[in-house]
Amino acid sequence: MFDGRDPIYVQIADQIRQDVLRGDLQPEEQVMSTTQYATTFRINPATAAKAFAQLVDDGILYKRRGVGMFVAPGAPERLRAEGRESFFAESVDPVADQARALGIPVEDVVARLLARAAQAPGAAAGGAP
Amino acid sequence: MTAALPAPGTPLGVEVRDLTVRYGRKTALDAVSLSIPAGSITGLLGRNGSGKTTLASVVAAYRRSTSGSVLVGGQQPWENAELLSRVALVRESGDVVDTDTLRTNLRFTEQSRPQFSREVAERLMDVFDLDPSMKPPKLSRGQKSAFGIVLGLASRAELTILDEVHLGLDAPSRYAFYDALLEDYIAHPRTIVLSSHLIGEVERLLEHVVVLDRSRVLLAQDADALRTRGVAVTGPVREVDRFVVGRTVLGRQQLGGTAQATVLATLDDGEAAGARAAGLELGPVPLQDLFVHLTADGATEAAAEMGRVR
Repeated sequence: MFDGRDPIYVQIADQIRQDVLRGDLQPEEQVMSTTQYATTFRINPATAAKAFAQLVDDGILYKRRGVGMFVAPGAPERLRAEGRESFFAESVDPVADQARALGIPVEDVVARLLARAAQAPGAAAGGAP
Repeated sequence: MTAALPAPGTPLGVEVRDLTVRYGRKTALDAVSLSIPAGSITGLLGRNGSGKTTLASVVAAYRRSTSGSVLVGGQQPWENAELLSRVALVRESGDVVDTDTLRTNLRFTEQSRPQFSREVAERLMDVFDLDPSMKPPKLSRGQKSAFGIVLGLASRAELTILDEVHLGLDAPSRYAFYDALLEDYIAHPRTIVLSSHLIGEVERLLEHVVVLDRSRVLLAQDADALRTRGVAVTGPVREVDRFVVGRTVLGRQQLGGTAQATVLATLDDGEAAGARAAGLELGPVPLQDLFVHLTADGATEAAAEMGRVR
């Protein structure tokens, strides 16, 4: 865990964003404290605090004084909107490039995407409730 | 002349300016300047003989400097008893009284350390399975290290320097040490300087890193910033060669038509996207590898590019 090219605090923030996107963390749900995060993952608490500060700045989390950090209402929608913008450049283009390199016809890729989408729970609604 | 000491319990920072230490003809530290931020966990890294232990010894007033200045919490440490009750250096050698039991040794430390926590000491004695009725000469290498850790953490000194305290500890004991360190540091913030060769194990605990090399400061910076300074580029030989033009290459490997180069570079999103489009894979360079490359013989130029301390 946390071995990507980005600074650790960026990776922690990304991890929490993913949890919110997937619905593992719901709006108004309390997130782990900086202290819990630091001790659980053996990470410097200043590094963990930096990640949480970034998420507060981005409107993903908010602070309740003396209580802790919570997922902001509207955070999943905000993350989804941001994710859509980068999805094609960051996720689809590399798949297309790799498929070409491997000699996989684009029709096969599309067929796979359609099959996969049909299997997903709540497929027609487009994601978790 | 010197500032008053902050209130007891306040983490103490360190300012070192042009510090030189010579032992006879040998220069152990050569005009070293660096800061250790108050309240940080700072890694003190360097190869054997790079000057780490000398630096720790001067900061904790076990040794005098030849020239230059060291300030701890704004004060000179040398013969400064009030300050030194708040500065703990745990060395490999242990600094314990061999003729007394561990229990008695703990009591000595408790008497000289205003912030000492008996509760932490007892808990850690249990964690490391140390028998308080034993005397230091009976301890194994690992047990000696563990007892040093007990003294160092239970002292809760406002500046705690742990110099190679992991020697002889097995992996579970080392992780128990890291957990105890983080937990008590969070509950009782202080400045911790951790010197270790096990960079991969400790790097995520660190907020700040100081690297010494051949008696000088190679670099001193935020640990997270340091991690993004290197990038490992893997791909077709031609593309890798094209990518590294004009960059500082720390290492290069080739296997058939594929090459991997470790490069000193912080790529922006555009550069990263360009590299990926050219069929290159970008990966992190672990702090340990960066350290090995930078302190290898003949790596001085790359080190110069990393930039000396401010």
